[in-house]
This record gives sequence, C-alpha cells and structure tokens, in this order.
Amino acid sequence: MNNTCVLVTCPMFTYLEQELETRFNLIKLWDHSSSKAEFFNNYSSSIKAVVGNTKVGADAKLIDSLPNLEIVASYSVGLDKIDLDKCKQRGIKVTNTPDVLTDDVADLAIGLALAVLRKVCVCDQFVRSGNWISGDFGLATKFSGKSVGIVGLGRIGSAIAKRAEAFQCPISYHSRSKKPNTNYKYYSNIVDLAANCEILVVACALTEETHHIVNRKVIDALGPKGFLINIARGAHVDEPELVSALLEGRLGGAGLDVFENEPEPPEQLFALDNVVLVPHVGSDTGETSKAMADLVISNLEAHFKGKPLLTPVI
Amino acid sequence: MAPENPSHPSENDLPYVLILKPPPSFVILGDHFFNSTKFRFLKAYESPLPLAHFLLAHAQSVQAILSSGGAPVTADTIRLMPLLRLVVTTSQGLNHIDLSECRRRGIVVASAGTIYSADCADSVVALLIDVLRKVSAADRFVKQGLWSSQGEYPLGSKLGGKRVGIVGLGSIGSEVAKRLEAFGCSISYNSRKKKPFCSYPFYLNVRELAANCDALIICCALTDETHHLINKEVLSALGKDGVIINIARGPIMDEKELVRCLVEGEIRGAGLDVFEHEPDVPNELFALDNVVMSPHNAVFTWESFEDLRKLVVGNLEAFFSNEPLLTPVVLDDQPHFSG
Repeated sequence: MNNTCVLVTCPMFTYLEQELETRFNLIKLWDHSSSKAEFFNNYSSSIKAVVGNTKVGADAKLIDSLPNLEIVASYSVGLDKIDLDKCKQRGIKVTNTPDVLTDDVADLAIGLALAVLRKVCVCDQFVRSGNWISGDFGLATKFSGKSVGIVGLGRIGSAIAKRAEAFQCPISYHSRSKKPNTNYKYYSNIVDLAANCEILVVACALTEETHHIVNRKVIDALGPKGFLINIARGAHVDEPELVSALLEGRLGGAGLDVFENEPEPPEQLFALDNVVLVPHVGSDTGETSKAMADLVISNLEAHFKGKPLLTPVI
Repeated sequence: MAPENPSHPSENDLPYVLILKPPPSFVILGDHFFNSTKFRFLKAYESPLPLAHFLLAHAQSVQAILSSGGAPVTADTIRLMPLLRLVVTTSQGLNHIDLSECRRRGIVVASAGTIYSADCADSVVALLIDVLRKVSAADRFVKQGLWSSQGEYPLGSKLGGKRVGIVGLGSIGSEVAKRLEAFGCSISYNSRKKKPFCSYPFYLNVRELAANCDALIICCALTDETHHLINKEVLSALGKDGVIINIARGPIMDEKELVRCLVEGEIRGAGLDVFEHEPDVPNELFALDNVVMSPHNAVFTWESFEDLRKLVVGNLEAFFSNEPLLTPVVLDDQPHFSG
C-alpha cells in the first residue's frame, strides 16, 4: 500500500496529511505548482486516489489528467467541487464525510443566528474598546420563539431544526419535495418560506438548481426584520443582491460562513454591525476535523483492500 | 418632584410610586415607559436633596417603590418610608433589596418572574458557542481583512458531547439545560438543594461539579453564601480545557483569580456578561481572544423590555386596585442578602 500514489489537492489538515503519509505515497499538488507539466509527466499515471476539499476538488480537467484514478475521497460533505458526471463515466468511486460534521455545522448555524440577533460580537467590541464606561449599549432582538425557515431539510437542516426547537422556534422548510415523517411546515416555494419566517437558514447542497436560490425576491420577502444565515455554500446566495440589501437596510442582518469568492468576502460588509462573518469554519473543530480525516483514511483503506466503502456517494 | 397637571386635576390624586434612580428602560426608551392612568412616579433622582431629606420631605405617604439593580432598596430607605408596602423590581436579581427588612415590615416584593429566563438562557448558549467556536474572534479576523492574507483560522472545539455543569438550576438554569441538551450536551448541576423530579446528576459541592464538567455555567443568585463561590479551587478543578460562562452576578466569581487563570492559560475560555465592578472590566481581558464579553445586557432585548413593561405596570396597577400581584416573591424561600 505504501507505493500507492494518493494526490492531495491543497493543504487541509496536518493530521490528515500525516496519516496519509504513513499509509500511502502522498503527493501534494501544491508542491508542484511551479512545474505543473513536469509533475503530470512524472506522476499522473501512478495516481490512484485524490483527496480534495471545498477549496480544491476534482474537476473534469484534473480527472482527465489522471488515467488510472480509481477513487476521489473528499474531505468534505459537499460535492460541488467534484465533477460527479465525469466520475460516473469513468467508473471512479467518490466518498465524502457526512454525519461526522453535522453537529458542528448545525451548532455554528445557531451560533451565527444568536450572534447576529443578540449582537454578541458588537457587544464584545463595545466592552473591549472601553465604551461601556461612557454609556449603555441599547437593545437587541430576542432569538427564542423566532420562526426559523430552513432551506434543505437534510442531515444538517434537521439538526438545525432540532436545536432551534429547543428555543421554542417554530420551524418551516423548503426542499425539492416534502419530507415524510416530519411535522414542520413545508413550503414548495422558497419565496413563500422567506415571507413566512424571521430567520432563513440555508442548509442544502449546491447544485445547478440551487445556485443563487437566495435571490432578490427571497431577500425582499425576508425583509428588514428578517435575517439570513448561510452555512452551506456562497453560491447559494446572489451575493451582490445580499450586499445591497444589507447596505440599504432592506434586510435585518446576516450571519455568513460561506461566500462566493473565498477567502475574499465582500468588504462592504465589514463595517456593518448587523452582519457576522466567519471564514468557512462550519466543521472546523479539532474533534470533527480528526473524525473527517479518519473517515477519509478509512474509505481509502477500504477501497484499496477491496472492502465496502464506508460513505460512498457513487 | 411632584408633577403639576392643571388640565387633569384628577392626576394629582393618583398614588405615587417612588423611583430612586432611572431604571435601564427609562435610560434607553424614555421615562414614559411605565406610564399608567392608575399611578404616577415620584422621581427622587430629579431632586437636589440628599435621599434621606427627600424621603422625609416627600415620601412619607408613598406605598410603593420601583427599583432596579442600580437602585438598591436598603434598610435605611425602608425605615424612612413608614407606609411602604410594595417593592417592584425590574431586575432578575433581588440582591439589591434588603429582604430581611422587607420581611420584618411585611413589605411585599414583586419580581421580574420568569420573563427574562429565555433571553438569559439564549445569552448563555450564545456566549458558550462563541467561546468554543471563536465566533467573535473569527468575525474580527475576517473584518480586518486577515482571511485573504493570513489564510487558515485556528480550530475551535466541538459543543456536542460537552459535559455542562449548571450552578443554580432555577428558571434560567433549567432553560439553559433544555437548550444545551438539544446540542448533545450532558447536564449536571449544583443548587442549594437537590431538585425533586429532576434526572440531571446533582453535585452538592461546586468544586466537584467543576471537576466533572467541561463548561461551568453560573445561573444562581448572589447571596452571602455565593459570594466568590467560583474561586481558585473551583477554577483549578474546571481545568485547562474548561470554559466558564457567567450571566448571573460578577461577585459570584473571584474575578482576580479568573483573570489570572485566563491570562496564564489555566482554563480554555470565558463568556462574561457580568463583572465585579461594572462598568469597569479588567483590562487584561481585552487582549484575549478566548474571552467574550457583554455589558450586563443579557436581558436587553426589545421583546423582554416590552414584557417587563406589561409586568411592572400590571403589578403596580394590581397593587393599587387591591388585586393579587402578578409576581410576588415568597420571602421565606429567599436566602440572606447583605446587599
């Protein structure tokens, strides 16, 4: 197994790289960025596995350049950076990291909602800057009891709903189809969902259909007393529309973990007190990063031993 | 001072409610916030007289006080008001009211009841997630433009599976427990007495609770017994990976010791809404990314203030109509406060 070549697409997590190195011949794509042509001449036919993530996945170009690629094991649950059609065509297996990161992402969604409504970051800054001495802070918006609308009631969406319920938040959702076995109110149209909730949380997968699913109409429906929380993908939201809505006070606030052009979120949002921005850290805890890495390793080991994959996508 | 209102002569017959200092809602929303057609306010703070003189001159027939955390009702004040029968407070805590003197005089105290419990519990969860997942620190990082220049942000710590120890399982503590259970936390608690019909593990000793949890949440009242309850021993038992959240009262914590532990990395982090000498906050905390602070405003939401308005006006109107109060405090249940 030590001769098996595995390509990792970008720096991800030291523990993951170390664990890959002990088991495989690990090739780091970024070590060869200055001599790409040479790299592909030397290594491309020996690479049997690619480990990608939300930054650099496995697109058609990469897959086409690796004639003996057998498996793409993504260090993420999102698959939007992998050309799944190409993988299907070539018979390349794909695995991801579902479930192990569900809790962390759901926790962050609620944490962002609390931070925006209760102005946690602004309060902290107020105290830190010594302003408390000169006066009082003012009022924030209560979170408990606010209606929460979830776009995508999958693993993460359901986990968000469960948490919000503990705060007495009525839950409603939009999804491709109504889910059986749930009492939450279903809206077949996302604009209706936005019009009927106070906090809209994006928690669906990024596909062609869901690109810019949160557009001007949805933002208008959410309105100046509404809040948008995005822990899914930046491309779910029409970002320029979101920015102008926030600058013009047409949206109450936003808590964002993801952006259309990471790592460069829109600078116009930096001065806004009703916006909380975090650098795509939904699953970034020590505990979950390790669990995700272990799952990537286990999938690769299973594949190369001819055993069933743990979390196959195709 | 006594308001003159020639166009509404009957207003001059309205009973007075004494206010020693403006409550936060007056400061933020204006002093008509608790207006009613059934009573009027006597504002001691608008008089140049020292309080004792003011009370002797103007408050001899006043039956009710509207108090807030920053306007203590001391034995001295009570003794200067022979007809005082009711103290209504806007704050959650009662530690600023001399309850022994009230008990002795048969003065009834009306509290904020449970109107703040949800907001306080929400603050706890907000602070805990922020400390563990570095939300405020990450927000600063992004807004300073450091994501594109510095790249990766340090990893946080998972909330799910953490053992949460609640000091004081009253209304607020119970709401905290309910919320954190939904995040996959396990709950245990310390309280003056074990609660019947409660399945959470009970620890008679706060130090032992701290030794057996990852996040210690302070939700108890400030009393003689709980002053500096969270001391060097407790913080040491909580340990290097432990987080502490305090939305109760600053003096429950030995603040000097807490600051030392945070500066020297002896606990993981802290979320603090209250401090020993508000609004002074130890400057050493300002440089720490693992501390999240708020200016004693865990209940400061539009919604809670509206609930408070209804409750305060409701209690005062009930009192002056000889009807039962909405949120009377049972004084026998309260421990001793030396204020």
